[in-house]
Amino acid sequence: MFKKILIANRGEIAVRVIRACHEMGIAAVAVYSEVDRAALHVRKADEAYPIGAAAAAESYLNIGKILDVARQSGAEAIHPGYGFLSENARFAQACVDAGVKFIGPTAAAMNAMGSKTRARQAMERAGVPFVPGTSRGLESIEEAEEVAARIGYPVMLKAAAGGGGKGMRLVHTPDQLKSSLEAARSEAERSFGDSEVYIEKAIVNPRHIEMQILADEYGSTLYLGERECSLQRRHQKVLEEAPSPVVDAEMRRRMGEVAVRVARAANYTNAGTVEFLVDPQKNFYFLEMNTRLQVEHPVTELVTGLDLVHLQIRIAAGEKLPLTQEDVQIRGHAMECRIYAEDPDNNYFPSPGKITLLLEPSGPGIREDSGMYEGWTVPMDYDPLLAKLIGYGSDRERAIARLTRALGEYFVGGIKTNLSLFRRILADADFCAAKLDTGFLDRMLKQKDGQLEDSQAAQVAAIAAGIFAVLGVSAAAPGERASDTSAEKAVIASNWKSAGRREALR
Amino acid sequence: MLYDVTIDGKNYRLEIERAEGRWSCRLDGHEVAVDAVLARPDVLFLRIGHQAYEIKSERVAGDKDRDNDWHVWVGSARFACEVRDPRALRSRARAADDHGPRKLTAPMPGKVVRVLVREGDAVEAGAGVLVVEAMKMQNEIKSPKKGTIQKMLAAEGVAVNAGDVLAIVE
Repeated sequence: MFKKILIANRGEIAVRVIRACHEMGIAAVAVYSEVDRAALHVRKADEAYPIGAAAAAESYLNIGKILDVARQSGAEAIHPGYGFLSENARFAQACVDAGVKFIGPTAAAMNAMGSKTRARQAMERAGVPFVPGTSRGLESIEEAEEVAARIGYPVMLKAAAGGGGKGMRLVHTPDQLKSSLEAARSEAERSFGDSEVYIEKAIVNPRHIEMQILADEYGSTLYLGERECSLQRRHQKVLEEAPSPVVDAEMRRRMGEVAVRVARAANYTNAGTVEFLVDPQKNFYFLEMNTRLQVEHPVTELVTGLDLVHLQIRIAAGEKLPLTQEDVQIRGHAMECRIYAEDPDNNYFPSPGKITLLLEPSGPGIREDSGMYEGWTVPMDYDPLLAKLIGYGSDRERAIARLTRALGEYFVGGIKTNLSLFRRILADADFCAAKLDTGFLDRMLKQKDGQLEDSQAAQVAAIAAGIFAVLGVSAAAPGERASDTSAEKAVIASNWKSAGRREALR
Repeated sequence: MLYDVTIDGKNYRLEIERAEGRWSCRLDGHEVAVDAVLARPDVLFLRIGHQAYEIKSERVAGDKDRDNDWHVWVGSARFACEVRDPRALRSRARAADDHGPRKLTAPMPGKVVRVLVREGDAVEAGAGVLVVEAMKMQNEIKSPKKGTIQKMLAAEGVAVNAGDVLAIVE
């Protein structure tokens, strides 16, 4: 087993991997950019090395600097987390060349999956079902017209190198095809430096369901069950759950076996995820493979009882998978909320800044994978994911009840977060009835928030505000202009006074 | 103490006193039985009658010259909150705020990527004045009122902190 692992990432996932290292008696090496010196992952690690400026290209994406730290620290392996270099085949290969184990698939497997068209060709050979369309880039508008007529409208144009909804166009009628193709091509060229675009039949309001797989380096490949990821906003996942409410044991077996075939076709090793689109008739189609640990891996961990990061590390260390397909059992239900620093009242714009107050939930069935702490300033330079709140229960209803309870305990002060969005989703009747598809969230957000004004709570707020004012311990004392400094000074300078006040309050 | 409290735009008259560890409270003239423990700065365990509440106080980064960026949370419900001493002159002065010049401030730390108007330009309420980028997202800062740009303090490419004054609309 490794003695020391470098984590080439930041935020909650870096903390997650550091925790796994410590559970396995492995020393964890953190790297950090200039703005992350005070980040939680640096605090939790055993060693930490600065790797450059805030811009990711100069730090978390800088292969040379990260490998330098591996050399300097003596780390034997690198865990890339998700995002950043996690799906960069060049990085995986550079690790091999530097004699450091990359905890993930080989560069060859990543290359086979990296391009959507190439993956599709490999899958065709492996007999994997996918949405009717072309598995090669479109040569001309004539070809596009011919294929679209054959598979039927609506069709979807997609960038071969795409992701995150970029270079994608939904086309309803033949007369829109030409302009949409041109737009998709130029967007793909601008976003990915590759204008290759292919065409697929559009599945209207599909579900997005993915299958977790795990493969060791001796040919054993297992599926660990699916995750329902249909709740998305602008093609970004917001809430995920396992198992999917529409997948039964038989469908799980069929999807799982296809996922294993996909992985085998690419000689895949370590953890990976095969994404499927599922239509209302429960036909499933291969979408793409993600060659990394997913953000939403905890829901699979909770329903299988497995620790995916432990298993990733053990596989990378050359161990055989310690279980067979029959050992994988799904128990109960888990659901994850992605807590972002963003403002639900202002079109979900990012809201970096200082966290002035943090109250975290706990209790039965609750797991919080977090990268934040009270007093930390969320930098503006990276993805605004703060933490993941995961609820577990013996069934879906109980998982929702626990999450709802935990969301009531959760408070992040000083910055805006999307916590209120989850309160809304979990109380939504269609959500509770598991009527989900990828259009669900956009439809829900178009409706006005039905929350009634609570005049009683407003009165409570008025009284509380007065008490804060009398105590003089909060930001906006009356008669003086409140500012951060005066409020902080008041708190710091008068510990004796506030202790006395607290006594007096009892 | 006598306070004028504004909660989400609605005004309350609050009389609140503490003597020998007990609170007495009248809200809009009605007596309310109140008991409070400050668990830690910004967190109050409040009892009204026998109803128990966890109250959070939050100051949100914003324009530092105004103090209505104070939020009081009752459970998971947020209330914008202002407390004034009705006898103080300044609370009356502040009420006139909307008629005078208004400052546009950066809602978050970021970089000014575009300035859409110049000093002296007339703007409508809600018109875009400049664009600030943070976390790869662009946020248009809009004019809070109809008027003219009295001062443009931001320039394209400049980094700003939350609360920095970017422009003044007269």
